[in-house]
Amino acid sequence: MSRRHRSRAVGSFILIVLGMVALWEGYKWMGQTTGGTWPLTDIELPVRTNDRAMPHVWDIVSALFRPATRAAGADLLVVLLLRAAFFTWRSAVIGFAAGSLVGFGLGVLFVRSSLAERGLMPYVVASQTVPVIAIAPILVVWGGRLELPNWVPVAAISAYLAFFPVAINTLRGLRSPAATASELMRSYAASQNQVLWKLQVPAALPFLFPALKIAATTSVIGAIVGELPAGMSEGLGRALLSFASSFSSSPEKLFASVLIAALVGVFFVALVAIAERIAIPPTRRLKEDTTMNVTPRLGNTGA
Amino acid sequence: MNALELQNVDMVFNPGGENAVAALRGIDLSVEPGEFISLIGPSGCGKSTMLRLVGDLLAPTAGSVTVNGKSAPQARLDRDYGMVFQNATLLEWRRILANVELPLEIMDVSKSERIQTARDMLELVQLDQFEDHYPWQLSGGMQQRVAIARALAFRPSLLLMDEPFGALDEMTRERMQMELLRIWQETETTVVFVTHSIPEAVFLSTRVVVMSPRPGQITKIVDIDLPQPRVFETREDQRFFALLTRVRESLRAVEEE
Repeated sequence: MSRRHRSRAVGSFILIVLGMVALWEGYKWMGQTTGGTWPLTDIELPVRTNDRAMPHVWDIVSALFRPATRAAGADLLVVLLLRAAFFTWRSAVIGFAAGSLVGFGLGVLFVRSSLAERGLMPYVVASQTVPVIAIAPILVVWGGRLELPNWVPVAAISAYLAFFPVAINTLRGLRSPAATASELMRSYAASQNQVLWKLQVPAALPFLFPALKIAATTSVIGAIVGELPAGMSEGLGRALLSFASSFSSSPEKLFASVLIAALVGVFFVALVAIAERIAIPPTRRLKEDTTMNVTPRLGNTGA
Repeated sequence: MNALELQNVDMVFNPGGENAVAALRGIDLSVEPGEFISLIGPSGCGKSTMLRLVGDLLAPTAGSVTVNGKSAPQARLDRDYGMVFQNATLLEWRRILANVELPLEIMDVSKSERIQTARDMLELVQLDQFEDHYPWQLSGGMQQRVAIARALAFRPSLLLMDEPFGALDEMTRERMQMELLRIWQETETTVVFVTHSIPEAVFLSTRVVVMSPRPGQITKIVDIDLPQPRVFETREDQRFFALLTRVRESLRAVEEE
């Protein structure tokens, strides 16, 4: 990005954050002055605006920089949360990598064998409708039986949520080249592998990266959800659980934990976006026109 | 040995079903090496199908296709022909040079040889200045020239072209026709060229094959005895008009049946 473009992006980001803070505080102030209803009406506001249900933004932020518990020598909340976040993120990354590889592999399998696609696709789709919160304890118990370290079932849950978008979009991307492109490869008597790596995979990249961004977020969700029933002492799942139980005394700690959890997701997606920028030049990023990307488009020169 | 021979070729899509479509019937054609053959006929007459049969992108339901004395599948495996489509079909993630290198990569040619050959081909089509550009930076005509360079990169003896200039404007088209003739003469390839345009067919070819509507049959083969090499002035020749008329009448006669 050009320097002006970048400073404009940063500027608008800051504006949006300030806007959201203003919205939060504005809503609170409105609720406090009208006594819990929409102004000039009797309709009740959807969310309570007292300091317990909605702590002030600065209370949430400042809670990060106070000790996490009343125990002596306790870490600052932000330190505790970052440590938990790192633990969770590690499982999420491993799950993301494993899930993406499986998803990519399924995409390749399905593009080569329509028999495999017809046979396996219903199961692939069905796998996503089973609620993760039901599977998580099962996987954790199995993990315990097999005496695996406790992050393994968590990573497995991340992988479970990550593989689906990658599989679907890989398949779509691998199928995206025009018929003439495939005929061209056939006229060269190219092997199946050559067609895969020289034509289909490069054509699939603009479809793959958006799916990887989705997988990045779902793998973080999966990791957090996976930690909840695991009775794990580390990780954001545990942190969220314990701060939820102390909600009545210190609500801002829970909000602060949610904020950090969200930031983990944002950070991960940003990493994927950087990888995307390296892998695909800007002209190829998928825009509204998602027809296959082997058609000519006239650029600036008109020779 | 003929460059190309089709004997009694039939092509039926979805044979035996209700959607059966007879695209070609009883095609007999012999092409000698170095000829420039145009296939012309109304839409749907099967000329693109015929091209794909030669290229072993389709298999005939009856009859035989022989390329350089071999079966079509063998000729394809031996990479005896290059193909150019109406859409240039360049890979947009590769620069121009890498696009021309594509067939050479597939044929496991060494890197230094590939690059040199690709450069030579780009010089042949006069686009060597653009080797570092991306396809989207080139106009349609230039992209087609790259596609031609790519098709000739591995020096096939046969070039199959499916309305390659169909998407271009008239002036670019005429320029490209001259270019193609120059390349044809320099490389001594046999060319089978599918087109909708009568002047294009007559201007470029040594013989014009006129086809009937579906199911496509060869109604007439017109010998184009215009002098070689063809020049812009050829289009103003009396003989050129006579031949245009001959081809046009053959096309019309078939349609009136």
